[in-house]
Amino acid sequence: MKLFKSAIAKVKKGLAKTRDTFVGGLRSILIGRRLDDELINELEARLIQSDVGVKTTLRLIEGVKKAYRSGTMTTGDEVLEYLKDELKALWPAQDRELRFATSGPTVILVAGVNGVGKTTSVAKIASALRDQNKTVLLAACDTFRAGAVRQLEIWSERLGVQVVKGQEGGDPAAVAFDACEAAITRNVDVLLIDTAGRLHNEASLMRQLTKIRDVTTRKIEGAPHEVLLVLDATTGQNAVNQAKSFTEATDVTGIFLAKLDGTAKGGVVVAIHDEVGVPVKFVGIGERPEDVEPFDPVAFVEAMFEDEAPAARG
Amino acid sequence: MFDRLSDGFNNAFRKLSGRGKISESNVRDAMEDVRTALLEADVHYEIVNDFTDSVVEDALGRDVTKSLKPGEEMIGVVNDQLVKLIGGDQPAQPGVPKVTPGPTVVMMCGLQGSGKTTTCGKLAAYLKRQGRSVMLAAADLQRPAAVDQLQTVTEQVKGFPGDGTVTCYAEPHKVAEYGKAVGVAVGVCQRAMGEALKQGVDVLILDTAGRLHINDDLMGELEAVKKAVPPHQTLLVVDAMTGQDAVNSAKAFHDRLGVSGVILTKFDSDTRGGAALTVRKVTGAPILFIGVGEKLDKLEEFHPERIASRILGMGDVVSLVEKAQQEVSEEEAEVMAEKMAKGELSMDDFLKQLRSLRRMGPMKQLMGMLPGVGQMLKNVEVDEKQLDRLEGMVNSMTPAERDDVKVINPSRRRRVASGAGVKPEDVSGLVKQFNMVSQMTKQFSGMGMKGKLDAAKKMQAGGMPGIEGMPQLPGMGGKGTTKTQSPKSRYKKRKR
Ligand SMILES: Nc1nc2c(ncn2[C@@H]2O[C@H](COP(=O)(O)OP(=O)(O)OP(=O)(O)O)[C@@H](O)[C@H]2O)c(=O)[nH]1
Ligand SMILES: Nc1nc2c(ncn2[C@@H]2O[C@H](COP(=O)(O)OP(=O)(O)OP(=O)(O)O)[C@@H](O)[C@H]2O)c(=O)[nH]1
Ligand SMILES: [Mg+2]
Ligand SMILES: [Mg+2]
Repeated sequence: MKLFKSAIAKVKKGLAKTRDTFVGGLRSILIGRRLDDELINELEARLIQSDVGVKTTLRLIEGVKKAYRSGTMTTGDEVLEYLKDELKALWPAQDRELRFATSGPTVILVAGVNGVGKTTSVAKIASALRDQNKTVLLAACDTFRAGAVRQLEIWSERLGVQVVKGQEGGDPAAVAFDACEAAITRNVDVLLIDTAGRLHNEASLMRQLTKIRDVTTRKIEGAPHEVLLVLDATTGQNAVNQAKSFTEATDVTGIFLAKLDGTAKGGVVVAIHDEVGVPVKFVGIGERPEDVEPFDPVAFVEAMFEDEAPAARG
Repeated sequence: MFDRLSDGFNNAFRKLSGRGKISESNVRDAMEDVRTALLEADVHYEIVNDFTDSVVEDALGRDVTKSLKPGEEMIGVVNDQLVKLIGGDQPAQPGVPKVTPGPTVVMMCGLQGSGKTTTCGKLAAYLKRQGRSVMLAAADLQRPAAVDQLQTVTEQVKGFPGDGTVTCYAEPHKVAEYGKAVGVAVGVCQRAMGEALKQGVDVLILDTAGRLHINDDLMGELEAVKKAVPPHQTLLVVDAMTGQDAVNSAKAFHDRLGVSGVILTKFDSDTRGGAALTVRKVTGAPILFIGVGEKLDKLEEFHPERIASRILGMGDVVSLVEKAQQEVSEEEAEVMAEKMAKGELSMDDFLKQLRSLRRMGPMKQLMGMLPGVGQMLKNVEVDEKQLDRLEGMVNSMTPAERDDVKVINPSRRRRVASGAGVKPEDVSGLVKQFNMVSQMTKQFSGMGMKGKLDAAKKMQAGGMPGIEGMPQLPGMGGKGTTKTQSPKSRYKKRKR
């Protein structure tokens, strides 16, 4: 993806270790193996352990089983290729692009449950956009959590981008309103809105998020142009509920899958695709602003089957 | 949170019950459903396999196949195994032990964003209530504003009840960008310890930075802290929504640091919480507390039996009763019971109860705690917006109408509907529903405990007419077209 080219170059240099296990030079449990019942069982175990979920695992396995029985698939290599194709088809490249306003400021609303990495992800996107010579404005709409405003402010100082903040304990929708005004008068390219962590099953907080979204829509035509739901890659099946509720409240346009630099595989996004249909746009692979990559379905599948028993790692 | 898990067990045992005798393969079949339920609840794959194997073994060992009530006996077996797995040897005394000489040192550790800093504050508030003096040490020098966060949390704790005191030890000038302050935490913790000794506080809690279990440098830092300031408790803070990876992170933290206790956070979500089983199994350490909200009083002691009974679909009645007691006083409850017995329930009472109910938590969560009914309603989407609409309608009624819904004629109905921004049919639906409920409560009140249980069983067996669509009140399908009234006070529970 063009937008993140410069960011990726940095990541490639800085994160050789991570990429080693994440993408490059992997040995897969599937490569060079003959397809048999045992391998199919292993495949199932691996998919479940990647948090793909029972239902989606059965769906994916079914295709393999059919092909195996009819004799059209005989090796582990073919299984890997099949899964790569399956997932690539789920998330075509155009779905993974960031959407921009045709004129005026682009508004990106960032939301998610508590502690998943929203604020850090905002900093990452801001950093990448700034490197693309776009002017960026941050909105500190988390007026609730201790130290949240200060956290975003520190990022704005480090990245050299502007920030609009309100009072701690104040109305986040009011901050969003001010930020939209500022985005217009200062003529910035992108307004990035950081919101407070909220559980998807807290109806009143979800309504508050809808209200923040509606404020931007009223102030800026076509806004928000992106609503990014940040998910923690270590989250299990609950992420499906998260995706459903946030989509209901704000029409999520893409997922930012954070914390993929650990041993978690983040497979639940496949189940989310099955149930909600939201594409993954970015992955977070560290705590620094440059630790972000566009989502790559092929690398994602490969990481699921890398040849290292997950439990033995670390 | 464990509702889906409960489903699995219930299905499994429904298959077993009514069969009189069962075979070994029946037992194994039933466990297949249990297995799926556990996997969907995020219990780790291998732990699930071990668990189901040991249940089958235990069941066959006790020879449930010869039992007259194999289903019930199987529930017993599963329950025992489950309690053993998540409860095990809970410490006799929950909380933070007292040591002499003090202070008791508690080190928090865990992945990024799991809730360590917030839990430090919650623990401090908990200890303050016990009259103990606490010092929080800001040992996270890398996350932007981590120190500010802990300082703010400390100030918030001061506002909570209790005779204890709380202070914060921090060295803000030592804060650095990610990766540039590795190891600095060791010195900060040592100096905090010195200060804690000087001030003679009872408990010193170290808030460490979130870190990945595979980050060797940062894990090494925690080992160094552990050596420099030997903590009495090393608490692993785990997000209850964690999936299969819980096995890896918990194992790594335990291997390197020797975890002595676990705190599960964000249990107020609708997670099925299988990570509880995983972490418990991998570390062998007891689960001490669960976090059930962002606010600092949202920390509860962990009760394995409650969670186990919840898994089995018996519902977490204990928690529910506790919540209800917080919302409704005994006198209020008595007055209400009397009215119900006489069939004198008014719309005002209805509204009052609806509001207390909603203050107890999201409806879906409450239902998950209920045995039987919670099960029956599990597929029903509880739409909180509809509850808003209900409130809106009652709010638009005059006192006379609330007192006796019979006075609501077509013209009054139109007025109420337009006041609440709904259709007149919606109002009729509400009135009809209300009459049904008050009829039902009247009947219920007349029965003794046994009668109630029998009636409940009958309903369960026959499927309770009408209740399926209960939240889906007749004529309330139109979404988005209704304007709801929202009194500001309603959500004052949490101002944001
Ligand atoms: N390893 C890793 N850590 C991350 C990543 N993204 C964020 N974090 C860390 O996760 C923790 C929480 O991140 P925040 O950005 O504060 O999360 P948040 O969603 O804004 O949290 P709340 O606002 O409290 O809900 C911090 O310690 C971050 O440094 C990632 O991609 N990888
Ligand atoms: N709903 C809910 N939110 C919680 C709970 N515990 C913590 N949180 C929220 O989770 C987010 C992260 O909490 P922190 O205490 O900052 O997490 P941390 O582990 O210190 O994060 P790092 O220091 O970045 O690793 C915040 O938004 C908290 O308010 C809980 O029990 N329930
Ligand atoms: Mg944040
Ligand atoms: Mg912290």
